[in-house]
Amino acid sequence: MVAIILSLTLLVLDHRYHHLQQLRSALAFVTYPLHYLADLPFTASRWFSETTSSRKTLFAQNTTLREQNLRLRAELQKYQSLQAENMRLRDLVDSSFKVGDRVLVAELSSVDLDPYKQQVVIKKGAISGVFEGQPVLDAHAVMGQVTSVTPLSSTVLLITDTSHALPVQVLRNGLRTIALGTGHIDELKLPYLPTNSDIVEGDLLVTSGLGGKFPPGYPVATVTRIDRSPDAPFSNIIAEPSAHLDRSREVLLVWTIPSQLPATAGGIEQQQVGAEAATATAAGDPDGAAQTDAPTPATTQVAPEPQT
Amino acid sequence: MSGGGQGRLVIVVTLCLAMLLIILPMPEWARPFRPPWVTLVLLYWAIALPHRVGVASGFAAGIVLDVLTGTLLGQHALGLSVVAFIAIQLHQRIRVFPFWQQSLGILVLLVVEHLLGIWITGATRGVAPALEYWAGPLIGALLWPWMFVTLRKIRRQFKVT
Repeated sequence: MVAIILSLTLLVLDHRYHHLQQLRSALAFVTYPLHYLADLPFTASRWFSETTSSRKTLFAQNTTLREQNLRLRAELQKYQSLQAENMRLRDLVDSSFKVGDRVLVAELSSVDLDPYKQQVVIKKGAISGVFEGQPVLDAHAVMGQVTSVTPLSSTVLLITDTSHALPVQVLRNGLRTIALGTGHIDELKLPYLPTNSDIVEGDLLVTSGLGGKFPPGYPVATVTRIDRSPDAPFSNIIAEPSAHLDRSREVLLVWTIPSQLPATAGGIEQQQVGAEAATATAAGDPDGAAQTDAPTPATTQVAPEPQT
Repeated sequence: MSGGGQGRLVIVVTLCLAMLLIILPMPEWARPFRPPWVTLVLLYWAIALPHRVGVASGFAAGIVLDVLTGTLLGQHALGLSVVAFIAIQLHQRIRVFPFWQQSLGILVLLVVEHLLGIWITGATRGVAPALEYWAGPLIGALLWPWMFVTLRKIRRQFKVT
Protein backbone atom coordinates (compact mmCIF):
# COMPACT_ATOMS: atom_id res chain seq x y z
CA MET A 1 0.00 0.00 0.00
CA VAL A 2 2.79 2.36 1.00
CA ALA A 3 4.68 1.42 -2.15
CA ILE A 4 1.63 2.16 -4.31
CA ILE A 5 1.12 5.57 -2.73
CA LEU A 6 4.82 6.31 -3.02
CA SER A 7 4.93 5.35 -6.71
CA LEU A 8 1.83 7.39 -7.46
CA THR A 9 3.33 10.40 -5.68
CA LEU A 10 6.54 9.97 -7.66
CA LEU A 11 4.57 9.67 -10.89
CA VAL A 12 2.64 12.86 -10.25
CA LEU A 13 5.74 14.73 -9.09
CA ASP A 14 7.72 13.65 -12.12
CA HIS A 15 4.93 14.33 -14.57
CA ARG A 16 3.63 17.66 -13.25
CA TYR A 17 6.73 19.23 -11.76
CA HIS A 18 10.33 18.69 -12.56
CA HIS A 19 11.82 18.52 -9.10
CA LEU A 20 12.97 14.95 -9.54
CA GLN A 21 15.49 15.65 -12.25
CA GLN A 22 18.34 15.67 -9.77
CA LEU A 23 17.28 12.35 -8.23
CA ARG A 24 16.97 10.88 -11.69
CA SER A 25 20.40 12.12 -12.72
CA ALA A 26 21.95 10.70 -9.56
CA LEU A 27 20.30 7.32 -10.13
CA ALA A 28 21.20 7.39 -13.79
CA PHE A 29 24.84 7.73 -12.83
CA VAL A 30 24.50 4.55 -10.76
CA THR A 31 22.90 2.68 -13.65
CA TYR A 32 25.49 3.93 -16.13
CA PRO A 33 27.51 0.67 -15.85
CA LEU A 34 24.45 -1.27 -17.06
CA HIS A 35 24.11 1.00 -20.08
CA TYR A 36 27.82 0.61 -20.69
CA LEU A 37 27.64 -3.19 -20.45
CA ALA A 38 24.67 -3.41 -22.80
CA ASP A 39 26.51 -1.26 -25.32
CA LEU A 40 29.85 -3.07 -24.95
CA PRO A 41 29.37 -5.94 -27.45
CA PHE A 42 28.39 -3.47 -30.18
CA THR A 43 31.26 -1.11 -29.52
CA ALA A 44 33.62 -4.07 -29.41
CA SER A 45 32.37 -5.55 -32.67
CA ARG A 46 32.65 -2.17 -34.38
CA TRP A 47 36.19 -1.75 -33.05
CA PHE A 48 37.04 -5.26 -34.24
CA SER A 49 35.73 -4.71 -37.76
CA GLU A 50 37.57 -1.39 -37.93
CA THR A 51 40.91 -2.78 -36.83
CA THR A 52 40.69 -5.80 -39.11
CA SER A 53 39.45 -3.99 -42.24
CA SER A 54 41.82 -4.39 -45.14
CA ARG A 55 44.26 -1.81 -46.42
CA LYS A 56 42.38 -1.64 -49.70
CA THR A 57 39.06 -0.78 -48.07
CA LEU A 58 40.71 1.90 -46.00
CA PHE A 59 42.37 3.36 -49.09
CA ALA A 60 39.07 3.46 -50.96
CA GLN A 61 37.36 5.04 -48.01
CA ASN A 62 40.11 7.58 -47.66
CA THR A 63 39.84 8.61 -51.31
CA THR A 64 36.08 9.08 -51.07
CA LEU A 65 36.41 11.11 -47.90
CA ARG A 66 39.11 13.28 -49.44
CA GLU A 67 36.91 14.03 -52.43
CA GLN A 68 33.96 14.76 -50.23
CA ASN A 69 36.05 17.04 -48.06
CA LEU A 70 37.22 19.00 -51.08
CA ARG A 71 33.68 19.44 -52.33
CA LEU A 72 32.42 20.53 -48.92
CA ARG A 73 35.28 23.01 -48.55
CA ALA A 74 34.42 24.55 -51.88
CA GLU A 75 30.83 24.94 -50.79
CA LEU A 76 31.96 26.38 -47.47
CA GLN A 77 33.90 29.18 -49.19
CA LYS A 78 30.70 30.33 -50.83
CA TYR A 79 28.87 30.00 -47.56
CA GLN A 80 31.39 32.06 -45.62
CA SER A 81 31.18 35.01 -47.96
CA LEU A 82 27.40 34.78 -47.85
CA GLN A 83 27.49 34.71 -44.08
CA ALA A 84 29.69 37.77 -43.92
CA GLU A 85 27.33 39.58 -46.27
CA ASN A 86 24.36 38.50 -44.22
CA MET A 87 25.97 39.77 -41.02
CA ARG A 88 26.72 43.11 -42.64
CA LEU A 89 23.16 43.49 -43.87
CA ARG A 90 21.75 42.52 -40.50
CA ASP A 91 24.06 45.00 -38.87
CA LEU A 92 22.59 47.68 -41.16
CA VAL A 93 19.04 46.93 -40.06
CA ASP A 94 20.25 46.64 -36.47
CA SER A 95 18.94 43.15 -35.82
CA SER A 96 20.48 40.60 -33.53
CA PHE A 97 21.70 37.37 -35.02
CA LYS A 98 23.64 34.34 -33.95
CA VAL A 99 27.29 34.59 -34.82
CA GLY A 100 28.14 30.95 -34.89
CA ASP A 101 27.43 27.61 -33.36
CA ARG A 102 29.88 25.48 -31.48
CA VAL A 103 29.31 21.79 -32.11
CA LEU A 104 30.47 18.58 -30.52
CA VAL A 105 30.16 15.13 -32.04
CA ALA A 106 28.66 12.49 -29.78
CA GLU A 107 28.15 8.80 -30.39
CA LEU A 108 24.87 7.00 -29.78
CA SER A 109 24.84 4.28 -27.18
CA SER A 110 23.34 0.99 -28.36
CA VAL A 111 20.65 0.55 -25.75
CA ASP A 112 16.90 0.16 -26.08
CA LEU A 113 14.79 2.39 -23.91
CA ASP A 114 11.08 2.44 -23.24
CA PRO A 115 9.44 1.31 -26.51
CA TYR A 116 6.58 3.83 -26.22
CA LYS A 117 8.88 6.83 -26.03
CA GLN A 118 11.14 8.14 -28.78
CA GLN A 119 14.46 8.72 -27.10
CA VAL A 120 18.12 7.75 -27.41
CA VAL A 121 21.17 7.76 -25.15
CA ILE A 122 24.38 9.50 -26.22
CA LYS A 123 27.86 8.94 -24.84
CA LYS A 124 28.56 12.54 -23.82
CA GLY A 125 27.46 14.11 -20.57
CA ALA A 126 27.92 17.01 -18.20
CA ILE A 127 31.70 16.52 -18.27
CA SER A 128 31.67 17.57 -21.94
CA GLY A 129 29.42 20.52 -21.15
CA VAL A 130 26.12 19.02 -22.28
CA PHE A 131 23.14 20.75 -20.67
CA GLU A 132 19.44 20.09 -20.42
CA GLY A 133 17.44 21.45 -23.33
CA GLN A 134 20.43 21.45 -25.65
CA PRO A 135 19.56 20.98 -29.33
CA VAL A 136 20.82 17.83 -31.03
CA LEU A 137 21.32 17.48 -34.79
CA ASP A 138 22.56 14.82 -37.14
CA ALA A 139 24.29 15.39 -40.47
CA HIS A 140 20.96 16.14 -42.15
CA ALA A 141 18.61 17.94 -39.77
CA VAL A 142 17.37 18.52 -36.25
CA MET A 143 17.00 15.33 -34.19
CA GLY A 144 15.78 16.43 -30.80
CA GLN A 145 16.88 17.89 -27.49
CA VAL A 146 18.68 16.71 -24.39
CA THR A 147 16.27 15.89 -21.57
CA SER A 148 18.49 14.48 -18.86
CA VAL A 149 22.19 14.69 -18.23
CA THR A 150 24.56 12.55 -16.19
CA PRO A 151 28.31 13.12 -16.02
CA LEU A 152 29.07 10.59 -18.75
CA SER A 153 25.91 10.17 -20.79
CA SER A 154 22.69 11.98 -21.60
CA THR A 155 19.22 11.18 -22.89
CA VAL A 156 17.89 12.83 -26.03
CA LEU A 157 14.17 13.20 -26.70
CA LEU A 158 13.54 12.92 -30.44
CA ILE A 159 11.32 15.41 -32.28
CA THR A 160 8.90 12.59 -33.15
CA ASP A 161 8.02 11.86 -29.52
CA THR A 162 4.40 12.68 -28.69
CA SER A 163 5.46 15.07 -25.93
CA HIS A 164 7.72 17.08 -28.23
CA ALA A 165 6.70 20.27 -30.03
CA LEU A 166 9.04 22.27 -32.22
CA PRO A 167 8.49 25.81 -33.56
CA VAL A 168 9.14 25.69 -37.31
CA GLN A 169 8.64 27.80 -40.40
CA VAL A 170 8.24 26.98 -44.06
CA LEU A 171 11.51 27.83 -45.79
CA ARG A 172 9.76 28.96 -48.99
CA ASN A 173 7.63 31.74 -47.49
CA GLY A 174 8.43 31.98 -43.79
CA LEU A 175 5.04 30.71 -42.64
CA ARG A 176 5.38 29.88 -38.94
CA THR A 177 3.77 26.99 -37.11
CA ILE A 178 4.50 24.22 -34.63
CA ALA A 179 5.50 20.66 -35.50
CA LEU A 180 4.29 18.01 -33.07
CA GLY A 181 5.65 14.49 -32.71
CA THR A 182 3.31 11.62 -33.49
CA GLY A 183 5.11 8.72 -31.81
CA HIS A 184 6.04 7.28 -35.21
CA ILE A 185 9.71 7.62 -36.09
CA ASP A 186 8.94 8.93 -39.62
CA GLU A 187 6.07 11.34 -38.99
CA LEU A 188 5.52 14.85 -37.65
CA LYS A 189 2.19 16.65 -37.74
CA LEU A 190 1.35 20.32 -38.17
CA PRO A 191 -2.12 20.67 -36.67
CA TYR A 192 -2.27 24.46 -36.29
CA LEU A 193 -2.37 25.64 -39.90
CA PRO A 194 -5.69 26.99 -41.28
CA THR A 195 -7.13 25.33 -44.37
CA ASN A 196 -6.26 28.30 -46.58
CA SER A 197 -2.60 28.59 -45.55
CA ASP A 198 0.06 28.58 -48.21
CA ILE A 199 1.79 25.24 -47.82
CA VAL A 200 2.30 22.53 -50.42
CA GLU A 201 3.69 19.03 -50.46
CA GLY A 202 7.48 19.03 -50.65
CA ASP A 203 7.90 22.23 -48.64
CA LEU A 204 10.96 22.19 -46.40
CA LEU A 205 10.37 23.12 -42.77
CA VAL A 206 13.21 24.78 -40.84
CA THR A 207 13.49 25.75 -37.19
CA SER A 208 12.20 29.25 -36.55
CA GLY A 209 14.16 29.75 -33.34
CA LEU A 210 11.08 31.17 -31.66
CA GLY A 211 10.90 28.73 -28.78
CA GLY A 212 14.37 29.80 -27.77
CA LYS A 213 15.68 26.25 -27.52
CA PHE A 214 16.74 25.62 -31.11
CA PRO A 215 18.90 27.92 -33.22
CA PRO A 216 16.95 29.24 -36.21
CA GLY A 217 17.42 28.01 -39.75
CA TYR A 218 18.16 24.32 -39.35
CA PRO A 219 16.17 21.94 -41.57
CA VAL A 220 13.59 19.80 -39.77
CA ALA A 221 11.25 17.98 -42.12
CA THR A 222 9.61 17.84 -45.54
CA VAL A 223 5.86 18.08 -45.93
CA THR A 224 4.62 14.79 -47.36
CA ARG A 225 0.83 14.87 -47.12
CA ILE A 226 -1.83 17.57 -46.84
CA ASP A 227 -5.49 16.74 -46.19
CA ARG A 228 -7.69 19.78 -46.59
CA SER A 229 -11.34 19.24 -45.84
CA PRO A 230 -13.54 22.29 -46.48
CA ASP A 231 -15.56 21.90 -43.26
CA ALA A 232 -12.59 21.73 -40.91
CA PRO A 233 -10.90 24.92 -39.66
CA PHE A 234 -7.43 23.41 -39.77
CA SER A 235 -5.79 21.25 -42.38
CA ASN A 236 -4.26 17.94 -41.53
CA ILE A 237 -0.59 18.08 -42.51
CA ILE A 238 1.99 15.35 -42.15
CA ALA A 239 5.74 15.90 -42.57
CA GLU A 240 8.64 13.50 -42.67
CA PRO A 241 11.72 14.36 -40.55
CA SER A 242 14.82 14.95 -42.66
CA ALA A 243 17.12 13.63 -39.93
CA HIS A 244 17.88 9.92 -40.02
CA LEU A 245 16.32 9.42 -36.61
CA ASP A 246 16.56 5.65 -36.63
CA ARG A 247 19.82 5.28 -38.53
CA SER A 248 22.32 7.88 -37.34
CA ARG A 249 25.23 6.63 -35.29
CA GLU A 250 26.73 10.02 -34.55
CA VAL A 251 24.94 13.16 -33.52
CA LEU A 252 25.98 16.80 -33.18
CA LEU A 253 25.43 18.73 -29.98
CA VAL A 254 25.02 22.45 -30.59
CA TRP A 255 25.88 25.49 -28.49
CA THR A 256 24.49 28.70 -29.92
CA ILE A 257 26.79 31.66 -29.56
CA PRO A 258 24.78 34.88 -29.65
CA SER A 259 26.19 37.96 -31.33
CA GLN A 260 27.31 40.94 -29.32
CA LEU A 261 25.29 43.38 -31.41
CA PRO A 262 22.98 45.60 -29.35
CA ALA A 263 20.03 43.45 -28.41
CA THR A 264 16.72 44.56 -29.84
CA ALA A 265 13.39 43.55 -28.40
CA GLY A 266 13.25 40.50 -30.60
CA GLY A 267 16.78 39.50 -29.77
CA ILE A 268 16.45 39.37 -26.00
CA GLU A 269 15.03 35.88 -25.93
CA GLN A 270 17.84 34.69 -28.14
CA GLN A 271 20.42 36.32 -25.89
CA GLN A 272 19.07 34.67 -22.77
CA VAL A 273 19.05 31.25 -24.29
CA GLY A 274 22.57 31.59 -25.52
CA ALA A 275 23.76 32.95 -22.18
CA GLU A 276 25.11 29.62 -21.02
CA ALA A 277 26.98 29.08 -24.24
CA ALA A 278 28.23 32.66 -24.06
CA THR A 279 29.69 32.18 -20.59
CA ALA A 280 31.29 29.00 -21.82
CA THR A 281 32.96 30.87 -24.64
CA ALA A 282 33.95 33.78 -22.45
CA ALA A 283 35.49 31.49 -19.87
CA GLY A 284 37.50 29.36 -22.25
CA ASP A 285 38.36 32.00 -24.81
CA PRO A 286 38.74 35.50 -23.32
CA ASP A 287 38.96 37.45 -26.58
CA GLY A 288 36.74 35.14 -28.60
CA ALA A 289 33.31 36.00 -29.87
CA ALA A 290 33.08 39.01 -27.60
CA GLN A 291 35.06 41.37 -29.81
CA THR A 292 34.94 39.97 -33.29
CA ASP A 293 32.01 39.29 -35.54
CA ALA A 294 33.71 36.25 -37.04
CA PRO A 295 32.39 32.83 -36.13
CA THR A 296 34.22 31.26 -33.23
CA PRO A 297 36.02 28.14 -34.38
CA ALA A 298 34.51 24.93 -33.10
CA THR A 299 36.56 23.83 -30.15
CA THR A 300 36.31 20.94 -27.82
CA GLN A 301 37.00 22.96 -24.72
CA VAL A 302 35.25 21.88 -21.57
CA ALA A 303 32.42 24.21 -20.76
CA PRO A 304 31.60 24.93 -17.13
CA GLU A 305 28.81 22.82 -15.64
CA PRO A 306 25.63 24.61 -16.72
CA GLN A 307 23.44 23.15 -13.98
CA THR A 308 23.44 25.23 -10.83
CA MET B 1 25.07 -13.59 8.70
CA SER B 2 27.39 -14.28 5.79
CA GLY B 3 24.93 -16.55 3.94
CA GLY B 4 22.38 -13.76 3.92
CA GLY B 5 24.86 -11.32 2.38
CA GLN B 6 25.74 -13.77 -0.35
CA GLY B 7 22.07 -14.48 -0.99
CA ARG B 8 21.35 -10.81 -1.44
CA LEU B 9 24.24 -10.58 -3.89
CA VAL B 10 22.82 -13.44 -5.97
CA ILE B 11 19.38 -11.83 -6.07
CA VAL B 12 20.79 -8.44 -7.04
CA VAL B 13 23.01 -9.96 -9.74
CA THR B 14 20.11 -11.87 -11.33
CA LEU B 15 17.99 -8.70 -11.30
CA CYS B 16 20.84 -6.74 -12.90
CA LEU B 17 21.20 -9.36 -15.62
CA ALA B 18 17.48 -9.11 -16.29
CA MET B 19 17.80 -5.33 -16.60
CA LEU B 20 20.67 -5.80 -19.00
CA LEU B 21 18.42 -7.97 -21.14
CA ILE B 22 15.74 -5.25 -21.04
CA ILE B 23 18.00 -2.57 -22.52
CA LEU B 24 19.99 -4.84 -24.85
CA PRO B 25 19.39 -3.50 -28.36
CA MET B 26 17.15 -5.62 -30.58
CA PRO B 27 16.04 -5.13 -34.18
CA GLU B 28 13.00 -2.91 -34.56
CA TRP B 29 10.64 -5.74 -35.52
CA ALA B 30 11.60 -7.85 -32.51
CA ARG B 31 11.13 -5.14 -29.91
CA PRO B 32 7.46 -5.85 -29.13
CA PHE B 33 8.36 -9.47 -28.39
CA ARG B 34 10.85 -8.66 -25.64
CA PRO B 35 9.71 -10.51 -22.52
CA PRO B 36 9.53 -8.57 -19.24
CA TRP B 37 12.70 -10.12 -17.83
CA VAL B 38 12.86 -8.09 -14.64
CA THR B 39 9.28 -8.95 -13.72
CA LEU B 40 9.94 -12.65 -14.30
CA VAL B 41 13.05 -12.68 -12.11
CA LEU B 42 11.38 -10.64 -9.41
CA LEU B 43 8.35 -12.96 -9.44
CA TYR B 44 10.56 -16.01 -9.07
CA TRP B 45 12.32 -14.59 -6.03
CA ALA B 46 9.05 -13.35 -4.52
CA ILE B 47 7.50 -16.81 -4.87
CA ALA B 48 10.58 -18.73 -3.76
CA LEU B 49 11.70 -16.46 -0.92
CA PRO B 50 8.74 -14.28 0.07
CA HIS B 51 10.41 -13.34 3.35
CA ARG B 52 13.36 -11.75 1.55
CA VAL B 53 12.04 -10.34 -1.70
CA GLY B 54 8.84 -8.39 -1.47
CA VAL B 55 7.09 -5.16 -2.26
CA ALA B 56 10.08 -3.05 -1.21
CA SER B 57 12.43 -4.95 -3.53
CA GLY B 58 9.88 -4.62 -6.32
CA PHE B 59 9.68 -0.90 -5.72
CA ALA B 60 13.47 -0.47 -5.70
CA ALA B 61 13.93 -2.57 -8.86
CA GLY B 62 11.12 -0.59 -10.49
CA ILE B 63 12.75 2.77 -9.76
CA VAL B 64 16.06 1.57 -11.20
CA LEU B 65 14.22 0.26 -14.27
CA ASP B 66 12.44 3.61 -14.66
CA VAL B 67 15.72 5.47 -14.68
CA LEU B 68 17.30 2.90 -16.97
CA THR B 69 14.59 3.04 -19.62
CA GLY B 70 13.71 6.70 -19.23
CA THR B 71 10.06 6.27 -18.25
CA LEU B 72 8.30 8.42 -15.67
CA LEU B 73 9.77 7.76 -12.23
CA GLY B 74 7.38 5.39 -10.52
CA GLN B 75 5.83 3.71 -13.57
CA HIS B 76 7.68 0.42 -13.30
CA ALA B 77 7.92 0.86 -9.54
CA LEU B 78 4.12 0.79 -9.29
CA GLY B 79 3.74 -2.23 -11.56
CA LEU B 80 6.48 -4.26 -9.90
CA SER B 81 5.30 -3.45 -6.35
CA VAL B 82 1.77 -4.54 -7.23
CA VAL B 83 2.80 -7.85 -8.83
CA ALA B 84 5.27 -8.54 -6.01
CA PHE B 85 2.45 -8.00 -3.52
CA ILE B 86 0.08 -10.35 -5.36
CA ALA B 87 2.83 -12.94 -5.78
CA ILE B 88 3.57 -12.93 -2.05
CA GLN B 89 -0.12 -13.32 -1.24
CA LEU B 90 -0.41 -16.30 -3.57
CA HIS B 91 3.07 -17.82 -3.27
CA GLN B 92 1.98 -20.95 -1.42
CA ARG B 93 -0.62 -21.77 -4.04
CA ILE B 94 1.58 -20.98 -7.02
CA ARG B 95 4.41 -23.15 -5.68
CA VAL B 96 2.38 -26.34 -5.78
CA PHE B 97 0.94 -25.80 -9.27
CA PRO B 98 2.32 -27.81 -12.18
CA PHE B 99 4.38 -25.79 -14.64
CA TRP B 100 1.66 -25.01 -17.18
CA GLN B 101 -0.66 -23.81 -14.45
CA GLN B 102 2.10 -21.70 -12.97
CA SER B 103 2.61 -20.16 -16.40
CA LEU B 104 -1.05 -19.22 -16.52
CA GLY B 105 -0.83 -17.58 -13.11
CA ILE B 106 2.32 -15.74 -14.16
CA LEU B 107 0.58 -14.63 -17.35
CA VAL B 108 -2.16 -12.99 -15.30
CA LEU B 109 0.43 -11.18 -13.18
CA LEU B 110 2.41 -10.03 -16.24
CA VAL B 111 -0.79 -8.78 -17.86
CA VAL B 112 -1.65 -6.83 -14.71
CA GLU B 113 1.78 -5.20 -14.76
CA HIS B 114 1.56 -4.44 -18.49
CA LEU B 115 -1.91 -2.97 -18.06
CA LEU B 116 -0.74 -0.68 -15.25
CA GLY B 117 2.08 0.52 -17.49
CA ILE B 118 -0.33 1.16 -20.36
CA TRP B 119 -2.70 3.05 -18.10
CA ILE B 120 0.10 5.31 -16.94
CA THR B 121 1.40 6.00 -20.47
CA GLY B 122 -2.17 6.54 -21.64
CA ALA B 123 -2.97 8.94 -18.80
CA THR B 124 0.20 10.98 -18.98
CA ARG B 125 0.98 10.97 -22.69
CA GLY B 126 -2.36 10.28 -24.34
CA VAL B 127 -1.18 7.39 -26.49
CA ALA B 128 -1.96 3.72 -26.25
CA PRO B 129 0.94 1.52 -27.40
CA ALA B 130 0.45 -0.72 -30.40
CA LEU B 131 -1.42 -3.97 -29.92
CA GLU B 132 1.60 -6.16 -30.64
CA TYR B 133 3.21 -5.06 -27.37
CA TRP B 134 0.88 -7.51 -25.63
CA ALA B 135 3.14 -10.22 -27.04
CA GLY B 136 5.68 -9.38 -24.32
CA PRO B 137 3.67 -10.78 -21.37
CA LEU B 138 2.63 -13.80 -23.45
CA ILE B 139 6.22 -14.71 -24.31
CA GLY B 140 7.19 -14.04 -20.71
CA ALA B 141 4.62 -16.56 -19.53
CA LEU B 142 5.84 -19.13 -22.07
CA LEU B 143 9.40 -18.62 -20.84
CA TRP B 144 8.42 -19.06 -17.20
CA PRO B 145 9.14 -22.84 -16.82
CA TRP B 146 12.71 -22.41 -18.08
CA MET B 147 13.13 -19.30 -16.01
CA PHE B 148 11.88 -21.15 -12.95
CA VAL B 149 14.19 -24.13 -13.45
CA THR B 150 17.24 -21.96 -14.15
CA LEU B 151 16.72 -19.69 -11.19
CA ARG B 152 15.98 -22.64 -8.91
CA LYS B 153 19.25 -24.17 -9.97
CA ILE B 154 21.04 -20.90 -9.22
CA ARG B 155 19.28 -20.66 -5.88
CA ARG B 156 20.31 -24.18 -4.88
CA GLN B 157 23.83 -23.74 -6.21
CA PHE B 158 24.43 -20.67 -4.08
CA LYS B 159 22.25 -21.96 -1.19
CA VAL B 160 20.14 -18.83 -1.07
CA THR B 161 17.43 -19.26 1.53
